[in-house]
Amino acid sequence: MTQTLENLRETPSQTGGPYVHIGCIPSFAGLSQIYPEDLGLKAIGDGAKGERIAITGSVFDGTGWAMRDAMLESWQADAKGNYPGEKGADPKVNGFCRFAADGKTGEFTLHTVKPGAVPGPGGSMQAPHIALWIVARGINIGLQTRIYFEDEDNSADPLLSRIEQRNRVDTLIAKKTGDGQYRFDIRLQGDGETVFLDM
Amino acid sequence: MIDPGRLVPRDRTAHPVPRDPEYKTTVARSPNLPLLSMESTTTEETGPRFGHGLIGALDNNLILNWTKGAAPAVGERILMHGRVMDEFGRPVPNTLVEIWQANAGGRYRHVKDTYFAPLDPNFGGCGRTLTDENGYYEFLTIRPGAYPWPNRGNDWRPMHIHISVFGHSFGQRLITQMYFEGDPLIDRCPIASTIKDRSQLDRLVAPLDMARARPLDYLAYKFDIVLRGRRQTMFENKPAGM
Ligand SMILES: [Fe+3]
Repeated sequence: MTQTLENLRETPSQTGGPYVHIGCIPSFAGLSQIYPEDLGLKAIGDGAKGERIAITGSVFDGTGWAMRDAMLESWQADAKGNYPGEKGADPKVNGFCRFAADGKTGEFTLHTVKPGAVPGPGGSMQAPHIALWIVARGINIGLQTRIYFEDEDNSADPLLSRIEQRNRVDTLIAKKTGDGQYRFDIRLQGDGETVFLDM
Repeated sequence: MIDPGRLVPRDRTAHPVPRDPEYKTTVARSPNLPLLSMESTTTEETGPRFGHGLIGALDNNLILNWTKGAAPAVGERILMHGRVMDEFGRPVPNTLVEIWQANAGGRYRHVKDTYFAPLDPNFGGCGRTLTDENGYYEFLTIRPGAYPWPNRGNDWRPMHIHISVFGHSFGQRLITQMYFEGDPLIDRCPIASTIKDRSQLDRLVAPLDMARARPLDYLAYKFDIVLRGRRQTMFENKPAGM
C-alpha cells in the first residue's frame, strides 16, 4: 500500500450538440431577449491598437462538407503580444471571441486585430497566433488548434517546429487573400487534416 | 523558478472517445491523426475573465428569465447547484458557467429543432452565472424532458442539461452534460456511452439532493465540476494560475 493521491480527475467532456448556440451565443439562435448582450461577441473594442484583420473560413468534416453547426472560440494577445489581464495589455482588446459557422453557407468570419508575438517555452518567442477551440454536434471533446499567419516569420515558432510532417505545418497558417483579409479552413479529417493540439 | 506552473496535461482516458460508430456523427467529425501534444504556454494558461457587472439578476433563473419574471416556465422545478474545482481540489472562483436545455416536453427553442413537443411560451432555455469566491454556483430551472434524435433506429437522449465552463485558462475550457439520477435512458444513450470509463460517466449523473430542496417549491440536484489543474510550486511566493 501507499499513501493516497488526493487529486481529482477532470470532469469528462460531452458534445456541445446541435444547439450549442442557445447556451453560448443565444442571439445567434434567436434568443436575444434574455441577456442585454451575449458574452464574447467581439474580440476587440473601438480603438484597439494594431492591424485590423478578418479571418474567414469553414470547418469541413471528413466528407468535405462545410459544417453548418460549428461554434468557435478564439483567444489571443493584443498587437504587442500581451494577453488581457497582463501588465500593459491594451484595454480595448478583449482577446476572446465567439463566432459560428453560418447556418446556410457554413462560413465563419473573425474580426480582430493581428496579435503580437508572445513568449514561449524556455525563453523562446512564439510567432503571432490565435488559439481556437471548436465544438459541434459529433465532436465529443472540443478541438484545440491555432491560426498563424503566412505573412509573419513563423520559422522559429516552438509549436510549428514540433510538427514532424512538415507538409502539415501549412494547415495552421492563414492565407492572405487581400488587405487585412485571411482565409483559414479547418479540416477535421482526410486530405489536409488540420493539426489539432493537446496542450 | 523550477516550475512555471504549466497546466496538468489532459488525461484523455477521463474523456469520451472522439470516434464512436454508435454515435454516428462522430465518425466524420473526429480527427484521424494523433493530436500534437505539447506543454501549455501563456496562450493556454491565460483566458477570458467576465465581470459580475455583465450578469443580470435573473440570468441564472431559467424559470423566469425568458419572460423577465412575468410568468413561470412549465415543468418540475429544480435547483441545480454545485462547485467548480480544479484537479487539486482548489475552488475555481468567479468563473463563468453557462447552461442550456430543452423544455419540459423535450423541445429546444432553436430553428433547427422540429420535434413536435410544443414550445413553452414562458421558457427560453439558457442561463449563466459566475461561481462565487468558493467556486459555488446555482441555477433555478425546470427538469428538461427526454427527446428522440436521429441516430440509430430509435435513440432518445436522457434528460440532460448542457453546461459550459471556462476556468481561468483557455486550456481549461470544457463543455459537458448533466444527467439525472435514476434515468433509465442514460444506459441506452450512445452519447453518454462515448465515455468508456463507467466511473467517469457516473460523475455526470447528478444525485437528488433533498437537503438543498425547498419544501413546496423545488427539488435539488448537485453537480460538481472538476477542471484541469495547474501545477504549483513551493518555490514561488504566490501560487500561479489562481
Ligand atoms: Fe441536448
